[in-house]
Amino acid sequence: MRHSLKNSSKNKFTVVIKKDCPTCLLIEPVLNELVASYQDKISVYVQDDPAFPSSINNKIDDTSLEFSYRNQIEIVPTLICSNSEQEIARTVGWDKSEWQQLTGLSNLGTNLVDFKPGCGSKSQDPGMEEQLAARFDSEKLSARKIELADSEDEIEACFDRGWSDGLPVVPPTSLRVMRMLKGTKRAPDEIIGNIPPDNLPCTIEKVAINAVMAGCKSEFFPTVLASVEAALQDKFCMHGLLCTTYFSGPVMVVNGPVIKRIGMNCGVNALGQGNRANATIGRALQLLIRNVGGGVPGGIDRAVMGNPGKYTYCFAEDESDEDWATLAQDRGFERSDSVVNLFAGEGLQPIVDQQSRNPESLAKNIANSLRSVVNSKLYGLADAILVVCPEHRRVLKQGGWTKADLRQALIENLMTPGADIIRGAQGIAEGMPEKFKNKTMNKFREDGLHITSTGGKAGMFSAIISGWVASGEKGSQLVSQKIQ
Amino acid sequence: MTNTIMLDPTAELNPVEKQILPRLESLAGATVGLLDISKPRGKEFLDEVEKYLVEMGATVKRYMKPTFARVAPNELNQKISIECDAVIEGLAD
Repeated sequence: MRHSLKNSSKNKFTVVIKKDCPTCLLIEPVLNELVASYQDKISVYVQDDPAFPSSINNKIDDTSLEFSYRNQIEIVPTLICSNSEQEIARTVGWDKSEWQQLTGLSNLGTNLVDFKPGCGSKSQDPGMEEQLAARFDSEKLSARKIELADSEDEIEACFDRGWSDGLPVVPPTSLRVMRMLKGTKRAPDEIIGNIPPDNLPCTIEKVAINAVMAGCKSEFFPTVLASVEAALQDKFCMHGLLCTTYFSGPVMVVNGPVIKRIGMNCGVNALGQGNRANATIGRALQLLIRNVGGGVPGGIDRAVMGNPGKYTYCFAEDESDEDWATLAQDRGFERSDSVVNLFAGEGLQPIVDQQSRNPESLAKNIANSLRSVVNSKLYGLADAILVVCPEHRRVLKQGGWTKADLRQALIENLMTPGADIIRGAQGIAEGMPEKFKNKTMNKFREDGLHITSTGGKAGMFSAIISGWVASGEKGSQLVSQKIQ
Repeated sequence: MTNTIMLDPTAELNPVEKQILPRLESLAGATVGLLDISKPRGKEFLDEVEKYLVEMGATVKRYMKPTFARVAPNELNQKISIECDAVIEGLAD
């Protein structure tokens, strides 16, 4: 950076070096020249060996790296020129003409080579920046700090305090939380919203703490934040979903380039165990609702049985076929957008079809299975997500069907005479009210059937994620949130 | 070594310290365990405590640690927590 420095006699200079850097060793004579010329106007900070360089008396020990961290030193040597108020220029490595210009000493280092690049600052060592942030910037974190007793095990302490969903959590230390916050540019004290059921304000920092506990990496954090914002959309009705006696909980379907970026599973066992991103992103939302929102099972969470997906229920769509419209596209997003879709649902009901070789047969079979969502005689009550496996997707494609064609065929196949499903019909007391007797009903309300696709390439097994019995405007609707 | 410091993941409505269980509002109708820790004269001391508790309407159950030198076995802790609403641990000597 080239600056013409006026009033250079009033300027101060700072040099940051480390012994473990050949360029810093090279410029020792230059430092001596600077000290001779500027005396107390020059400060030399040393990152590794406070005895280096032996020829300089008043060097400053920066082995704590506080100065380097606070001044964002990336390379050593760094030469900083400041006036009485602020930094006005800096140069990194050894560039003779730049050093001469910045210092105003035209003979500086004349015996040295013109140019030699520097080395990485110790404050930039892998993992160091977060450690330094936790050490020197922890005042940016406002969460209450809880010091454990000598005898306390970190993980047991989290259980004891009621912070866990029943599985061990990662203890949320300042260092880990600072690392998590590196995953977003948003300020730790920004309020993301009020978390139900207690509707208490929640900062980005609190989300980060719970994401740490869930086991997330910082690169997952934007997806976690989007999932929280989705859950806070009024249409999603997180409060009601949490309090219900029904099975449901939040089910997360992720779309877009983020899937590959953070390594989510949209292949073999996509809805099963084993993938860190799938497992921990879904868990982070649940822990946040528990810890910040106060949504504790047996407290305000009154589920009769719940479902195992209430630990975590998060997967990604298989977007390998460009002709298959993704769930996010169905919701109005572009294929290039990364999106979290949130659905109030539970469980997984298989649809086996190893015989259909044309879309018509497959659609009829899927429709038959979809009738059983919630109860085969209750219509328009619960939404559902149909999860089409890749082999069934192939059957559709070979028959020339798009997803829209499948949806249309399902709607047609799901029309049912009211007389077949009213209370008492088929000798079953449960069913639709008598007033529907002479109507034709569809299993799903308009916009109540969502279709996505995921899973391994082998196996003609699709599935249904059944929705909450309070689906729709009276309860919860699928919501989508773009990941920033 | 300094102790681990964790950041509170909650909305911070509760005190930092671990909370004790809610106290009984009345002993009438409650089942109270008396745990003898196996020190000399523990029985005599707890017999007296039992009299007062019964007067207050409590049902008393008696338990004993195998030895005062060790913490109570898990099985005994679980048995007391299942059978009693409260427990008094009887010291002696």
